[in-house]
Amino acid sequence: MSNSLIIGQYVPSDSFIHRLDPRTKITMIFLFVIFVFFANSAASYAWLTAFAVGIALATKIKIPFILRGLTPVWFLIIFTFILHLIVTKDGDILFQIFSFPVYSGGVIQGIAISFRFFLLILVTSLLTLTTTPIEITDAIESLLDPLKKIRFPVHELALMMSISLRFIPTLMQETEKISKAQASRGVDFKTGPVKDRIQAIVPLLVPLFVSAFKRAEDLAMAMEARGYQGGEGRTKLRELKIEKRDIFSFIIFGLVIIVLFLLRV
Amino acid sequence: MKKECIEFRNVSFRYSEEGPWVLKNVSFRIPADEGVAIIGHNGSGKSTIAKLINGLLFADEGEVVVLGTPVTEETIWEVRKKVGMVFQNPDNQFVGTTVRDDVAFGLENRGVDRSQMITAIDNSLRAVGMIDYMLHEPHRLSGGQKQRVAIASVLAISPQIIILDEATAMLDPKGRKEIMHTVNEVKDQQGLSLLTITHDLNEITQADRVIVMSKGEVWLEATPREVFAREKELQEIGLDIPFVAKLANELGKVDVPISQQPLNHEELLEELWTYHSNK
Ligand SMILES: Nc1ncnc2c1ncn2[C@@H]1O[C@H](COP(=O)(O)OP(=O)(O)OP(=O)(O)O)[C@@H](O)[C@H]1O
Ligand SMILES: [Mg+2]
Repeated sequence: MSNSLIIGQYVPSDSFIHRLDPRTKITMIFLFVIFVFFANSAASYAWLTAFAVGIALATKIKIPFILRGLTPVWFLIIFTFILHLIVTKDGDILFQIFSFPVYSGGVIQGIAISFRFFLLILVTSLLTLTTTPIEITDAIESLLDPLKKIRFPVHELALMMSISLRFIPTLMQETEKISKAQASRGVDFKTGPVKDRIQAIVPLLVPLFVSAFKRAEDLAMAMEARGYQGGEGRTKLRELKIEKRDIFSFIIFGLVIIVLFLLRV
Repeated sequence: MKKECIEFRNVSFRYSEEGPWVLKNVSFRIPADEGVAIIGHNGSGKSTIAKLINGLLFADEGEVVVLGTPVTEETIWEVRKKVGMVFQNPDNQFVGTTVRDDVAFGLENRGVDRSQMITAIDNSLRAVGMIDYMLHEPHRLSGGQKQRVAIASVLAISPQIIILDEATAMLDPKGRKEIMHTVNEVKDQQGLSLLTITHDLNEITQADRVIVMSKGEVWLEATPREVFAREKELQEIGLDIPFVAKLANELGKVDVPISQQPLNHEELLEELWTYHSNK
């Protein structure tokens, strides 16, 4: 459990997509998210879907695995669809459910919006499937670099993210340890009325917080002792490099967008 | 005269205004390229001494001088560049998300060039036998393995002073021997000074000198042999000497002449063998 947390959903592989610079991936996804809203015809939707599926295939991750990762959001997608069915009142009345009239515009709108939603989720999950959290952190630090000019604490933000990534599994292990220790003293987390169970959480949280603060104090001290004095003058071991494949990807992406605009009505 | 490396001049310290004095008028000198061990019971102020050396704490009275520089708010960064320190708890000093990133942390802070960094990381991980764990996350390492990584991080920055605060407590006897051997080798090669803090008297045999702390005061400053000879008094301040030393002391009492306090099995054996053939 703790193992899956630190690497997120990341599935290791050496596919073309995996090897892309994380900044390339983040930028393209950001642009994709914007351009999805420009799709307004069946052809343009089909085109974007083909592109997204193409990328999914290129990751070499099994499609059923990717779709299973989307299970929690299926509900949201269906909910969006139904909402649009009910709320939109364009076009002809097709039929009625429980005296709610369903319009043809509603159906079209519902399909379009939930499909858009699906594409967004699919593409962003492809990012987390092919990029480790620490790569994403590095990419964010690098992409936000210009914000340093307006004194935005970019380096600190990235450091905060990486330390959280480092300590999440540790704290998970600790939670497990404490909950076992408390269970052995007779605290019951699993049965009984909700009120009792919530109360049982308290003896779990208190030691957890105490130890987290202790850790934070020790860590700050260790970091200082190891010469940490902020982002200034630091070099980096993990290096991001734009390669030929990144430029190639951007060109392909540009072509995809041009075609998208041709397919619009 | 040898160059002074670390010097405590009448240092007193307490954690809070009204609190008890944790260090009371502590003075000692550690010359460059010497290995010194600090021993003492729990709470005798050993870790506090270590933190005073690289400016994590400041003396309330007296002065701490490191490599000729008094440790003050202004000089801490200069001092910390030269001091490598390993703390007691290996988990809370692991900064990186992987072993490699953690060893890199100190190097990154010092602005070391990337290519040099990679060589330094490789060498130091190899030295502590952790090269195969380069990409492991900390939660997939045992306590002892984390301690090895912490020691590698210190070796990587090639400091002039290394402070190990019970840094091998979680290693098995064999691992501890190996690591201490590695550290001592680096010390001799690069002529740096090594300060080992421990409450295990087995560990002090490799030191040139031992500082015994008790209740925040320097109780004794002597060679390991001299320390082992004072079994009774050590026991009174809560320290137990190794079996070999005890046996030698007992033999001394029944008139087996032991010419010098043995530090290990081999030396004791040598003594007994000499005694036997002279009889
Ligand atoms: N952060 C702190 N705040 C207040 N008191 C402290 C703090 N850290 C240590 N002390 C006190 O200072 C004294 C010396 O602590 P120190 O950590 O130096 O002992 P030590 O010799 O390293 O012990 P150990 O062998 O257990 O590591 C102890 O009595 C302890 O209670
Ligand atoms: Mg201590």
